[in-house]
Amino acid sequence: MTDKVLEAVNISKFFHNPKTFQVLKDISFSIDRGEFVSVIGKSGCGKSTLLYILSTMDTDYTGELIIDGENLKSKVDKELAAIRNEKIGFVFQFHYLLNEFDVITNVMLPGLKLEKLSTEEVRENAYQKLKILGIEDEALKKPNQLSGGQKQRVSIARSLINDPIIIMADEPTGNLDFKNSRIVFDIFKELSVEFNQSLLVVTHDNEFAENTDRIIELLDGEVIRG
Amino acid sequence: MKYKLVIQISKALLLARWKQTLVAGIGVSFSIAMFITLLGFMNGLNGLLDGLVTNRTPHVRLYNEVKITSEQPMDKSVEYNEDYNFVRSLKPKNENLDIKNSIGIIHALNADDRVLGVCPKVSSQVFYNAGNVRLNGVIDGIDVEGEKEFYAFDDYMVAGNSIDIETVSNSIIVGTGVADNLMAEVGDIIQVTNSRGEIIKLKVVGMYQSGMADIDKVQSYASVETTQKILGVSGDYLTDIKIKLKDMSIAPQVAKEYEELFGTSASDIQSANAQFDTGSSIRSLISYAVGITLLIVAGFGIYNILNMLIYEKMDSIAILKATGFSGKDVSNVFIMIALTIGILGGALGLIIGFGLCNVIDNIPFDTEALPTVTTYPIDYGVRYYIIAGIFSVVTTYLAGYFPSRKASKVDPVEIIRGK
Ligand SMILES: Nc1ncnc2c1ncn2[C@@H]1O[C@H](COP(=O)(O)OP(=O)(O)O)[C@@H](O)[C@H]1O
Ligand SMILES: [Mg+2]
Repeated sequence: MTDKVLEAVNISKFFHNPKTFQVLKDISFSIDRGEFVSVIGKSGCGKSTLLYILSTMDTDYTGELIIDGENLKSKVDKELAAIRNEKIGFVFQFHYLLNEFDVITNVMLPGLKLEKLSTEEVRENAYQKLKILGIEDEALKKPNQLSGGQKQRVSIARSLINDPIIIMADEPTGNLDFKNSRIVFDIFKELSVEFNQSLLVVTHDNEFAENTDRIIELLDGEVIRG
Repeated sequence: MKYKLVIQISKALLLARWKQTLVAGIGVSFSIAMFITLLGFMNGLNGLLDGLVTNRTPHVRLYNEVKITSEQPMDKSVEYNEDYNFVRSLKPKNENLDIKNSIGIIHALNADDRVLGVCPKVSSQVFYNAGNVRLNGVIDGIDVEGEKEFYAFDDYMVAGNSIDIETVSNSIIVGTGVADNLMAEVGDIIQVTNSRGEIIKLKVVGMYQSGMADIDKVQSYASVETTQKILGVSGDYLTDIKIKLKDMSIAPQVAKEYEELFGTSASDIQSANAQFDTGSSIRSLISYAVGITLLIVAGFGIYNILNMLIYEKMDSIAILKATGFSGKDVSNVFIMIALTIGILGGALGLIIGFGLCNVIDNIPFDTEALPTVTTYPIDYGVRYYIIAGIFSVVTTYLAGYFPSRKASKVDPVEIIRGK
């Protein structure tokens, strides 16, 4: 039980606009600590929707979601934010960095929010994460001075800052060229193998998926594999 | 969330839009500065105008009015008790104008806790002799020390030294109009004729200008003793007792009380000068209304800019939320932005307002009515600065409150999906 970092039980979701339809149908699965899981499926089958629910950003669903042994059903906004902050790292398809801050501060912000370490310690950690991703030289640049691949690596560094129990990524390579996609995949693989990091990555890149520990395939909101 | 982090994020967002922030801040500064200047100037003016009245007017004045006795012999008749009394054209009894038992009354007043100061006055009708011509005049015998302390007597002295009427015997302070008519200067001797036709020589030791030409043409001042000598009356003859109270607002009831207690007539400053009070309170009201309107307009400016900032920074808000910042954290950031604009803009406004007041305070303002006033009056009351300071923080807080609530409700999923 304790080595399950995430458990989804009968998760369903409906959209009501423009007309009511069920986008997720009784989805149940779990992820063990250290597992590298990929989610695949045709465009529009509900992968992103599922990931938003699992990452606690979307609370409009039925079913149970248990992260690190905690049932999230009755948590309020503030508690969910705290869980997101501490336990989940999120990587978007688009890079989503704050252009008002330099790279290192972007990586530090979730760590500062956590308030467990001093600013100096968080900065030290952030440097370390940037180093793992090979972009420590860009630390003082502004995000808009970086290439797409570099930005995505900064996002990954940011997702790692609080040593989350799971990293979720929504098509992290969807916007990158082949070479950069490779780099990002290798980083994920390295995190999984060397740091025993649990990962849940949505992708439409089948080659990417083949190299993960487990594939969950969705079709029209239902799990048909995994 | 840590204060420092809120400040760090607010600062970054502010600086990303520093031009708009500056405009919003200047808006606040401008309105606060105008508020301070307007109120300082208006109330300075009010103080000046009120001073014209309150400085010179006693809160309560006791005097003896020439009037018919309220209870006529006819009213006492038992025989015609039930009948109507049609006796008309009653005339007052020939009586002196002095207050009976004036010394006793002054003692009683000095013992009264509510009383700040008591000044005796003897009023005397005279003629000023300008060669063969006799000009109407009034000499008031006053207690100079008391007049200086409670009625700003020296503010209206334009020449000479007021205390000299106590020290120099048979001396007089003449109104500027009187001096012009008699072509008298300080040090000259003038002649006056009293009501019994006797001619008295008086030495001019000073000149007085009330600002009202008609008064300055007739009014002069001498010591109580000198005036009693002119009138040829004894040392306890007083026509008025002027009272300053510690609390001016109780004047009407005190006047009524003294009227019964001392059996004299009594008037209070409120009923004597009702129109001045109304004038100042309306001027204050208008300046507050204009000042507060300015602040509210500045508040809307801040509101607009924050709203715009939130639309522009939707993505940033979504990222903050996705990475674990709660709605409250995000709203704190925007409240902080609003308060920063409010506090910095407000503080600058207070300084500019003070500066503008200073400028006005140094603009020459010459008026006949007020010989001691040389520049425009300004009230530097701390309360205007406190009101403006509090108001700038409150308006900017409110201007930030609604946008910040909107920011806290941003749904990150909607924004992230929208890309
Ligand atoms: N806010 C929404 N309202 C209504 N329908 C939506 C909304 N968001 C997504 N959908 C629909 O839900 C389905 C699943 O979307 P999504 O999870 O983004 O698919 P995927 O990520 O697998 O491509 C799609 O058919 C999409 O059109
Ligand atoms: Mg998707």
